[in-house]
Amino acid sequence: MNIIVVGCGKIGYRLVAEFVNEGHDITVIDTDNPTVEEITNIYDCMGVCGNGVDCNVLESAGAREADLLVSVTNSDELNMLACFLSREMGTKNTVARIRNPEYNGDSLAFMRHKLELSMAINPERLVAQELYNILKIPSAFKVDYFARRNLEMIEVRLKPESSLCGKKLSKIREKQKEEFLIAAVLRQGELIIPDGSFELKVGDIVSIAASPGDMQKLLKGLGLLKKQARNIMIVGGSKTAYYLADMLLASGNDVRIVEKNLDRCRELSETLPKDAIIIHGDGSNRELLLEEGMRSLDAFLCLTELDEMNILTSLFVSRQNVPTVISKVNKSELVDVAESMGLDYTVSAKELTAEILLRYTRALGNSRGSAVETLYKIMDGKAEALEFVAQDGAAYLGVSLKELSIKQGVLVVGIIREGKKALIPNGDDKIQSGDRVIVLSANNRLNDLSEILR
Amino acid sequence: MNRRMVLYMVGNVTKLEALLLLPGLITALVYREACAIDFLVAIGVSLAVGFFLTFVFKPSSKVFFAKEGFVIVALCWLVMSAIGALPFYLSGEIPSYIDAFFETSSGFTTTGASILTDVESMSKGLLFWRSFTHWIGGMGVLVFIMAVINNLSDRSIHILRAESPGPVVGKLVPKMKQTTRILYIIYIALTLLNIVFLLIGGMPLFESIVHAVGTAGTGGFGVKADSFASYSPYLQWVTTIFMFIFGVNFNIYYLLLLRKFKSVLKSTELKCYLCVIASAVVLICINIAPMFDSVGEALRHTSFQIATVMSTTGYATTDFNLWPSFSKSILFMLMFMGGCAGSTAGGFKCARVIILVKKVRREIKKLLHPRSVTSMMFEGKGMDNQVVSSTSSYLVVYIMIICVCFLVISLDGFDFETNLTAAVSCVNNIGPAFGAAGPASSYAAFSPLSKVVLSLAMLFGRLEIYPMLIAFSPSTWSKK
Repeated sequence: MNIIVVGCGKIGYRLVAEFVNEGHDITVIDTDNPTVEEITNIYDCMGVCGNGVDCNVLESAGAREADLLVSVTNSDELNMLACFLSREMGTKNTVARIRNPEYNGDSLAFMRHKLELSMAINPERLVAQELYNILKIPSAFKVDYFARRNLEMIEVRLKPESSLCGKKLSKIREKQKEEFLIAAVLRQGELIIPDGSFELKVGDIVSIAASPGDMQKLLKGLGLLKKQARNIMIVGGSKTAYYLADMLLASGNDVRIVEKNLDRCRELSETLPKDAIIIHGDGSNRELLLEEGMRSLDAFLCLTELDEMNILTSLFVSRQNVPTVISKVNKSELVDVAESMGLDYTVSAKELTAEILLRYTRALGNSRGSAVETLYKIMDGKAEALEFVAQDGAAYLGVSLKELSIKQGVLVVGIIREGKKALIPNGDDKIQSGDRVIVLSANNRLNDLSEILR
Repeated sequence: MNRRMVLYMVGNVTKLEALLLLPGLITALVYREACAIDFLVAIGVSLAVGFFLTFVFKPSSKVFFAKEGFVIVALCWLVMSAIGALPFYLSGEIPSYIDAFFETSSGFTTTGASILTDVESMSKGLLFWRSFTHWIGGMGVLVFIMAVINNLSDRSIHILRAESPGPVVGKLVPKMKQTTRILYIIYIALTLLNIVFLLIGGMPLFESIVHAVGTAGTGGFGVKADSFASYSPYLQWVTTIFMFIFGVNFNIYYLLLLRKFKSVLKSTELKCYLCVIASAVVLICINIAPMFDSVGEALRHTSFQIATVMSTTGYATTDFNLWPSFSKSILFMLMFMGGCAGSTAGGFKCARVIILVKKVRREIKKLLHPRSVTSMMFEGKGMDNQVVSSTSSYLVVYIMIICVCFLVISLDGFDFETNLTAAVSCVNNIGPAFGAAGPASSYAAFSPLSKVVLSLAMLFGRLEIYPMLIAFSPSTWSKK
């Protein structure tokens, strides 16, 4: 596919990396010449230096024949305009990053319709949603939903005190009556799709799939369930913090936001519901944190713009026995550092945006058959979890899974049939037409469900 | 530096050379010549070296940066020339290995300077291989590899930059593989067209192919002692036009294919190239008209010689050594200029000349109005200051390389004119020079030292100096 990416910021870079990896033809547009030069040096893509709203620039980037234009510059307005212009010129699909809360209200649907936007992405809101999910299941550091929340996959890191360590999977399975699947294990950076004889060890990251009801029981049974967060503090009054606070307050939690900038504090207190507590001060200040009851917190989130500050403050807070500490880390090289220092939870806006656009482009590239419905990068980006709808007449229908010759590194994780509880399949189960099928894929790039077959 | 990756790439290129030697072998077999066995040996050597390198130095990471790109290109060209010289040496038709190396690097760098005194007695297989090296070197071997191999590396643009001539190297389409394929398709199509035109003019098939690949790479090896002098005026005109065509930036042909005629007409470099050629033709034609029977004949010889020097090809229809000094001076100056960036031609490149002239104009304006701010435009775009300053420093190293080369070959005791023009001609990949190295004579009389220096000078010129300089500088290879 021909894809144009406008704006080479953090998200733009990440997108280009993913798209090039997928084998698309990429043209990037940015106003800064050295940036364009650098990105074309690193990735196999073409660069055009200029303003993405300039028709000549769009023209020379090939907007007339492009299949997709993704505009992720700093400015929402510029993104919308670039998408509008290229759509008028003939680009088939357009995606704009729109993150200002004011545009994300009721006017969003209207604008999307008028500008013929295929999609509006709001990375801050995505991050907030992800954080909200984590806070609901605090023992997992990643939670992904499939098939309208009928199946969830979580990632858990095994701590030394966990009862799962040193046990074989078949034993765990016998003990628990809930339906679940340990789909993948990440051990020292290496992804393993385990069988029954596999033994879990301390430090493994385990990906578990189950229906939401079973998941809660399972986590309780395995002794992994922590108390749900009620008392939450957020440092940094960013847009993400705003969206997250809004969601948390709506479900009746106590939220405190610490923000340095007085004007931003005023803005937040005006826009957020009344029961939010906005504190003006430096979130890295120990006295301030103690005064605001840091020791009695259930969860602490550090969401400022500075990765380094987020990591250091989180480290400090996690030493004070706060159960859940989450920091926002954008630079991927710092994520490893943070994790090696013992921080469990890090989220990054660009990874989430990349996931969504990957799913979108794979679906675009597959006009017929069973397109990708949902896509998540799991296990530190080493595997993908995808959701498809099984179509009539496909080769895989009605054959039991153990008889299908499925590719190496591909695992059918769940089958969801209309009106029934999610099914965690064993070798005898069959895929039927209309089923939602959840697949884990380690090293294959799947565009269609039939590609799981050899 | 990622040494494993560098040596791995060199190994790949060596394997490819085995493939490229095949046409030479086939020609030798068709004409039932003894040199077929020498081609087989050369193929065996390149396969052995290639498989050894790729097997031993399988890289753990394929990541490389600009400096690896430079070193890969420089080493590949050296190894290619060293192995490509084997058939000449083994067959005994060029008894000295240094001479064979000179001949091959002259081929790959599309120079066309020869040490052969009796071309017509050479076997057909070797003659074909000699000219085919022009065709390979014209567009570049690594560019060819990128067109064939899947997913070399995301950073392969560093190799394209190091191997392709010109101040700024960009892509035509987002994917490197596609870009290099388009370039090669245009190249092959134009070469075939050239063969057809030569055949129409009654040239035998073998000679047509040899001359067409020599013209396409802007090389200049032929099959006759007098180069093009004994061919019909039609064939000379066809070759003139094709030499001119291969000196133009290939992006122009891509734009023509896309029917973007306006952008073609706007190209500053193309306009400059045309103007220089036209004015040189007029001036020389007036100057030498009295030497020929008719104006038509004078025009034909003038155009041919200018096309040959400007596109850095090196064929000749007449001995321009005998022309008046005014004409020789013009030719000498054209030697420096060369063709357009992104063509198969050598030389300093029109684009660089334009950039430097614009820079000088800006400096003068700055002297008149010290506070004025002027931005430089080139091909409709603002010119990066980085490019302007790197062009100026390129001029400096370019002149320094010519000086060093000139100094060393002066030891041989030829006259001043021969020494200077031979150095200039080799660095700019033209071939024939003036004096004792003129179109009617050869480089055979130079000492072995001079031949080695000139071979290296040709490689410096073809790869635009930096890759060779970087590959030879000790700090590149130190472990720090």
